[in-house]
Amino acid sequence: MSADSRSAALVPLRAARQGSAAVVRRRSPAFWALLAFTLAVCAFLIVPVAMSMLAGVTVNYFIGWRSGLTLDWVIKVWTDYRHTVFLSLRIAAACLACTLLLGVPAAYVLARSRSALARAIEELLVMPVAVPGLATALALIVTFGGVGDLRRSWLFILIGHVLFTLPFMVRSVLAVLASIDLRTLEEGARSLGASFAQRFFGIVLPNCRSGIVAGSLMVVTLSIGEFNMTLLLHTPLTPTLPVGLADAYASLRIEVGSAYTLIFFVLIVPLLIALQWASQPRDRNATS
Amino acid sequence: MNTDRYTLAALLLPAAVVFIAFFLLPLAHLFLIGGSGRLGWSAYTAVLTEPRYRSSLVSTVALAAATTAATLLISGVSGVFLSRSRFRGRALLTALLTLPLAFPGVVIGFMVIMLAGRQGLIPEITEAISGERIVFAYSMAGLFIGYLYFSIPRTILTVMAAAEKLDPRLEEAARSLGAGPLRVVRDVIVPALRPALAAAGAICFATAMGAFGTAFTLATKINVLPMVIYTEFTLQANVAMAAALSFVLGAITWAVLAAARTAAGNTVAAAG
Repeated sequence: MSADSRSAALVPLRAARQGSAAVVRRRSPAFWALLAFTLAVCAFLIVPVAMSMLAGVTVNYFIGWRSGLTLDWVIKVWTDYRHTVFLSLRIAAACLACTLLLGVPAAYVLARSRSALARAIEELLVMPVAVPGLATALALIVTFGGVGDLRRSWLFILIGHVLFTLPFMVRSVLAVLASIDLRTLEEGARSLGASFAQRFFGIVLPNCRSGIVAGSLMVVTLSIGEFNMTLLLHTPLTPTLPVGLADAYASLRIEVGSAYTLIFFVLIVPLLIALQWASQPRDRNATS
Repeated sequence: MNTDRYTLAALLLPAAVVFIAFFLLPLAHLFLIGGSGRLGWSAYTAVLTEPRYRSSLVSTVALAAATTAATLLISGVSGVFLSRSRFRGRALLTALLTLPLAFPGVVIGFMVIMLAGRQGLIPEITEAISGERIVFAYSMAGLFIGYLYFSIPRTILTVMAAAEKLDPRLEEAARSLGAGPLRVVRDVIVPALRPALAAAGAICFATAMGAFGTAFTLATKINVLPMVIYTEFTLQANVAMAAALSFVLGAITWAVLAAARTAAGNTVAAAG
């Protein structure tokens, strides 16, 4: 992602960059100490990732990589567990569609309205993030668990994911809308005779594109990784990727768990890059 | 203007309906069920009166507080350092530090097993040094490491974003008035970062209170409240007790978030 394509938040960053230029020149012992500390933190985060990726393609992890490299574990996991990958992708896509349809209009209303009611709704919408997923899942089960075939359907998991991710979409879009002068833009368009639909699709949506993309990114990654609710909401017929992962970690050898984790990484990293890339070309026009 | 108002209401309606039908009403229902068990409404106070639940509440809160303190310290130092320094590889280092941002709790549990599990890296190292394999992944210490792992990336991001908005002239001024580096940190940087730290800290705390993917992966017998709720629900089939406990857990978490939001201005949810 290039420097200009980020949001307007970069402007103060540039100022800070110039301001601190003088400080950077000579490296004090404190600099090296802080760098070493930060590198240690980085190692703490990255070393286990590298280890698990390696373990996923190692013949026998107990012996180590000297035992040879293999794709057997990855193939075994893919054969046994690929349905969990497809289910998670399907839920994430549906979840994204729902949060776009529900969240973007809601964010627009919350940005337009300055009433106390709007602020209260904004607060309420964040609740599913604050309330532990276990509680939300239990509430859904005791209330809708007996309704038709819903409990056995993947839609039951979808409901939980939409509740949990909706605040992120709303917040993300709202943050962008709050930073532009929506009222003036819309008044201008209205005075030129634009209808509401023309204003919404011609002015509001293009202006909050970066927020929509950031929100979508958040929604998809959160949905694919959601476990707290999903463990209770799923049934043996609807195991998602994280549920399958937990199952593999608990009952299978470390190479299988690692290979499964590797598949998860391979899935989520290109997704992140693709979504970021998709946001770039037009983003520049929107923010400049 | 009036038709405008109807349009706005209509746009908000779908989200409101979903939210009320699938969140507020079910939670209200759960609240009633929590009071309908063997203990009646005293199920809600059982978390304080029954020693078993009280001990898990105490250890959960202690774990969450320790996680929050350690995360803020580590991420505060690294975040301010990264936003204040320019060196080759800085962008890569930042990218690596924020890579685990999207990892779910179960995967983080597995990362802890990789580090400190039976076949992990730390037991290898301790065996080489002292001859004894120190395995701590499947305990409260492992859970602490896991929540640190979860919280550090997002907290570093929050701290960096806030530190980049700081006016460097304030630090220059403090320095030119004779303040040493530690005083600059204590009297200029930390107060200016307080809202961001409060916001990020609240998220850490809430996560460590309510998340259970990591605990589930590490060991089912770690005595934290989310695990107790899960056990009550699945193994004991005690829905009422599980409901009451999860309500108490949710109330505590929500209260902490609300308190932090008051302390931090309106930035907590944005940081989430």
